Amino acid sequence: MATPMFRFDPVQLPPEAIKLRGEVREFIQEHKAVMGFTRGEHNREFSRAMGKKGWIGMTWPKQYGGSERTSFERYVVIEEMLVAGAPLSAHYTGDRQSGPNILRFGTEEQKMYFCPKIAAGELTFCIGMSEPNAGSDVAGTRTRAVKVDGGYRINGTKLWTSNAHRADFAILFCKMAQNDVEVTDRHAGATQFLLDLKTPGIEIRPVINLLGEHHFNEIFLTDVFVPDHLLLGKEGNGWNQLTSELAFERSAPDRFLVFFQMLQQMIRMAGPNPDKATAVALGKLISQLATLRSMSVSIAGMLMEGLQPNNESAVVKDLGTRYEQDIPVIARQLFPMETELQAIDLYASMIARVTMNAPRLSIQGGTREILRGIIARGLGLR
Amino acid sequence: MAIRDETRMLLESMGRLFEDKCTKQVVDAAETGVFAADLWQAVSETGVPLAALPESAGGADAEWADLYAALRVAGRFSAPIPLAETMLAGWVASSAGLDIGDGPMTVGPVRSGDRLTLARDGNGWSLTGTASRLPYASFVQQIVLIADGPDGEMAVVLDAAAAPAAEKGKNIANESRDTLMFDGFHVEADAAASLPDGVSRAGLYRRGALARATMMSGALERAMDLAVTYAQERVQFGRPISKFQAVQQNLAVLAEQTAVAVAASNLGIEALSSGDGDYEELQIAIAKTRVGEAATLACELAHQVHGAIGFTKEYSLQLATRRLWSWREEFGSDPEWAAKVGTILCGKGADNLWSILTDGP
Repeated sequence: MATPMFRFDPVQLPPEAIKLRGEVREFIQEHKAVMGFTRGEHNREFSRAMGKKGWIGMTWPKQYGGSERTSFERYVVIEEMLVAGAPLSAHYTGDRQSGPNILRFGTEEQKMYFCPKIAAGELTFCIGMSEPNAGSDVAGTRTRAVKVDGGYRINGTKLWTSNAHRADFAILFCKMAQNDVEVTDRHAGATQFLLDLKTPGIEIRPVINLLGEHHFNEIFLTDVFVPDHLLLGKEGNGWNQLTSELAFERSAPDRFLVFFQMLQQMIRMAGPNPDKATAVALGKLISQLATLRSMSVSIAGMLMEGLQPNNESAVVKDLGTRYEQDIPVIARQLFPMETELQAIDLYASMIARVTMNAPRLSIQGGTREILRGIIARGLGLR
Repeated sequence: MAIRDETRMLLESMGRLFEDKCTKQVVDAAETGVFAADLWQAVSETGVPLAALPESAGGADAEWADLYAALRVAGRFSAPIPLAETMLAGWVASSAGLDIGDGPMTVGPVRSGDRLTLARDGNGWSLTGTASRLPYASFVQQIVLIADGPDGEMAVVLDAAAAPAAEKGKNIANESRDTLMFDGFHVEADAAASLPDGVSRAGLYRRGALARATMMSGALERAMDLAVTYAQERVQFGRPISKFQAVQQNLAVLAEQTAVAVAASNLGIEALSSGDGDYEELQIAIAKTRVGEAATLACELAHQVHGAIGFTKEYSLQLATRRLWSWREEFGSDPEWAAKVGTILCGKGADNLWSILTDGP
């Protein structure tokens, strides 16, 4: 057949990954008992404990603080943490994309400085991509860097930056200022910097989300000076670097395990002898989850082989968010209840939270439409 | 990474064979009620239909995973032959130590509610009950059935020519689905035998469901290939319709659902080597559920992309979609298997959900 097919060859987790799972489950039990877990919570203590186990930057070279474990072992750690609702927020961005990005494009000094700190759970990163007028169209960034003596002076605004108010560094995406030069290549001059968020000239303002929570921020950069040694990669290579970073972001299994505890709660509500309609609805969701997981493990296998499964990652993310967004829809059909965020009833508060969180899933990390555009390109249509 | 070289070679040669021998003309002719004898002969010569049998029984001790992968290729080409049925019939009969020929076979029961019983009748047996909608029963040489004997489930091998007259039927892809009724039908002593552990009516049913799920994944590959190709050729408003974002988004979803169907059927196929019936049952239930769901959405999208031409008999898309609509109902529909998944997992409890999904057999 002429048409490209997206392959998800079946992969069995190797014995070392299976062995590790037991250790991860023990670790989770132990820490959950002591600190209690709140998904998405910024918990540096937990991140440091994971760092001590060698579970951040697991696949990185040892000389940069990594443990040289396989992608499969990393996969197992992450999926177990997600399912348990562990608080990963303080290190997850660094582990998933900032660290790998630095390892790939950074200087020796940058790798030696940043990666061990990320792997120890000591250094929190956030993502400086989106802007008020550059959302899906990231290449439309208006943030500009000007070369000055010893570094760069940067002006602009970033938006939707999760965790900026708690993070230490951002990987900032912007463009080199082109003095009135007509530019036809939309990616020309794109550049990434390692931005210390304590630098003078940075102002971080909260953007409260529809749940009334503070995760997002707007970052204003006014004549912010970034020294030469914090340029990431090369001037003008930023688009290439950003594409690679997004591939790291999208290939993670966190695109279908966010609402896992809601699914569990639905199974509890159904009881051990569900009626047919309930069994069918839950059986469909479980079948979707099992299939998504096998595709995601397959992607871990592709990463092991050094492949770049950008199309496959887009497929799993789009399918994963569709599945997750169906969870509250089916929950309210099976077990209707007036929702209340602070309700004492666990189900009523869970469905409130899940309903309100659902819309973000198919927006963050690439909207549904952008992902399908990537897939269409993979099919040779664009 | 898990695909072995031998598997890849088998699939490539099967692909070439079907490309050559399973043309639209062959499928169209079979749909008029004529057996695709040349195609069957060519497939039979590869040894694939009975390859799962031990060498002592004329097989090749082949891996089931490879044979299911071959079924995916057959599904891609809408192959109008009882390939899955012959594979499963051979498995049931040889497990019971019964002799079979080398012609096409069918197998049953294929419906969860159908029950056949064997009672002693002199030296032989007496068979009673209904086997509904047996695939290709009028065209095969032998019919292999699982019946309840006095001491448990037994396999029966019938010479099709001597079996009671079938009540003719067909699915919406015009594949023969005949119903056989037995009322004290005499079976010779050497044509029935007890089944060993691990081979059962439930086991046949789920392996049949997996066969359909796997064939469906192949048919979806075909539907997607046709849709993507057509969209690049069809020009409207001065450009190929594949250049419109609305069409691209539909094709992207079609590609996703196709990938899901292959991955889900692979979940079931991987479980075949586990030797754990409960695990196999759950994984196949997941596979048939997910593939059925994918097929429903994907057929809709493949037709939408094609416009009116896809709704014609002349154009090939309907060969794939009418089979998808048929096969998703056979050996249990996706709602039937979804109910099984839901019932199993609710029975095990929410706290065991994750370990059941991750810990394997």
